[in-house]
Amino acid sequence: MSTQPAIRLSGLTKTFGSVTAVAGVDLDIAPGEFFSMLGPSGSGKTTVLRMIAGFETPTSGTVELFGKDVTSDAPFDRDVNTVFQDYALFPHMSVLENVAYGLRVRGVGKAGRESAAKDALSLVRLDGYGDRKPSQLSGGQRQRVALARALVVEPKVLLLDEPLGALDLKLREQMQVELKEIQRRLGITFIFVTHDQEEALTLSDRIAVFNEGNIVQLGTAEEVYRHPKTTFVANFVGTSAVFSADEAKAVLGHSGACAIRPEHLEIVRGKTPSDSVTLKGKVAETIFLGASTRIIVDLDAGKRVAVLEQNDLAQTEATIGESVTVAVHKKFLAPLT
Amino acid sequence: MTTVSPSVPDRVGASPVRDSPARRGSAFLYRHAKVRLALLLSAPLFWLGLVYIAALVALLITAFWTVDSFTGKIIIEWNLANITKVLGDALYHTVTLRTLGTALVVTVIDLAIAIPFAFFMAKVASRRAQRILVVAILMPLWASYLVKAYAWRSILAQGGILDWLFAPIGQTSPGYGLEGAVITLAYLWLPFVILPIYTALERVPDSLLEASADLGGKTGRTFRHVILPLITPGIIAGSIFSFSLTLGDYIAVKIVGGATQMLGSLVYANVGVANNLPLAAAISLIPLAIIFVYLAVVRRTGALENL
Repeated sequence: MSTQPAIRLSGLTKTFGSVTAVAGVDLDIAPGEFFSMLGPSGSGKTTVLRMIAGFETPTSGTVELFGKDVTSDAPFDRDVNTVFQDYALFPHMSVLENVAYGLRVRGVGKAGRESAAKDALSLVRLDGYGDRKPSQLSGGQRQRVALARALVVEPKVLLLDEPLGALDLKLREQMQVELKEIQRRLGITFIFVTHDQEEALTLSDRIAVFNEGNIVQLGTAEEVYRHPKTTFVANFVGTSAVFSADEAKAVLGHSGACAIRPEHLEIVRGKTPSDSVTLKGKVAETIFLGASTRIIVDLDAGKRVAVLEQNDLAQTEATIGESVTVAVHKKFLAPLT
Repeated sequence: MTTVSPSVPDRVGASPVRDSPARRGSAFLYRHAKVRLALLLSAPLFWLGLVYIAALVALLITAFWTVDSFTGKIIIEWNLANITKVLGDALYHTVTLRTLGTALVVTVIDLAIAIPFAFFMAKVASRRAQRILVVAILMPLWASYLVKAYAWRSILAQGGILDWLFAPIGQTSPGYGLEGAVITLAYLWLPFVILPIYTALERVPDSLLEASADLGGKTGRTFRHVILPLITPGIIAGSIFSFSLTLGDYIAVKIVGGATQMLGSLVYANVGVANNLPLAAAISLIPLAIIFVYLAVVRRTGALENL
């Protein structure tokens, strides 16, 4: 981060009436980074994105774009472009006209803008769709048009507001791969807003987890997943069994609050592994998930935990009501603050 | 299949009404969609046929009759005298052009006020202000047309509010005449122009305006390239109101128009004082023809398809 950040937010705050949507966010995003803002709805992530785009004026704080303060610049004066959640394609224009729009308002001639728009459409693998109207396209295709339209004007930073939210699972996974590829190929900064933790983990170089108008944790996907700092992050990014300081002492013999991921727990049949905490309990429920099975265990100490077992690796299948011993290696007790 | 669901017979048994005539009637209608449709539409279609279509046809037929100038009785004898008179006489040319011009000017004034106003209502004002403005626009429609026309008569009067307002800049009220009529008509039809444009703007998602700005479109371009094409159906709907209502108006013109003659005034004079119903019918075919031409032009642009 020695170079100038693509985006620098300083003390960014936004209040709507008496509601504080964003409460003093400080953040640097490096050029060429795939950065995700992850959080539940109402956590302020979309408002931050809209302030970067210029649709909302911050109540206080500044937005810098490559060192230039753009806080009070209009959206059309900023070198950032947005892919909207509802795609926001112009319904009265053809796909080609939609994509060429940004060039048209910049005064690029018809031939120039159409050939650039065609290139952008082929980048998102929609060659030959230029003459159609947005209403004649599927959700995934509209998504690509929105992407092409934002990319054709060569922004320095691309903002994506839950762009895959309306797509079905298969298409979403496919678009994730394509987004990542396009980002790598063009090398521009992507800022991606999502409430889907899996999507954020899959795509991002770094993730900022938002809650109640502020960033609660910032780090790489691996850092955020392996070392959640707070109970909120432990529960929101993946699932965890969260033990408060008192519970941790009583149940695990561990000092300080901590979280355990389901995949780090195992049902022990036989010798207890070394350096592990073992817990006794009863199987309350088993849920078959295909590659793995989620086993819900009610611990005798009065806590419910989930164990994720790879199906073909488990020695025997757990049955409901069975008394079992659950073990977790001490290194997987993630301390919470 | 009936034996598969044991819980169903219990529920049906609990229902006290099973086979009343009303129930059978409903079931019949449920299965016969065409009968249902016929019952639903026959009354309004009968009314529409009688009041609109039959009246228009009667008008058309009457135009080809004449009146005995001595007894004032209608002579049922086919001839083109009225049509030739209306088409040939310079008076009718002048009045037609004046009426057409007035309708166009009124429409342009209303659009010039309605588009920014509707935009403010739909996209800028808060929810609360939006509701208040809708009520403010609908409110005048509760007052009688005559009351409003007479209100303008007093506003336009010598020594009236306009005179008083314009006095500091050395101007006077336009008084009763064509200008007064234009102002009054523009006022009267404004709500009918604002509402369809407002509705059209309400349907344009804010994200489209944001997308245009995001892509570099400044306010003027966003309006021309994005907003205007999307609200054109609303603009046309509004203009049809102001245009056609002005073409047919004669009361407001009579109240604030001074000696100004419109096609409506001529029709009125021929129905009343002159007692020449066939000529009145022939004159009223002019605005009808103009509206048809207007609608045909509008249809050409394809705007009616999105109405």
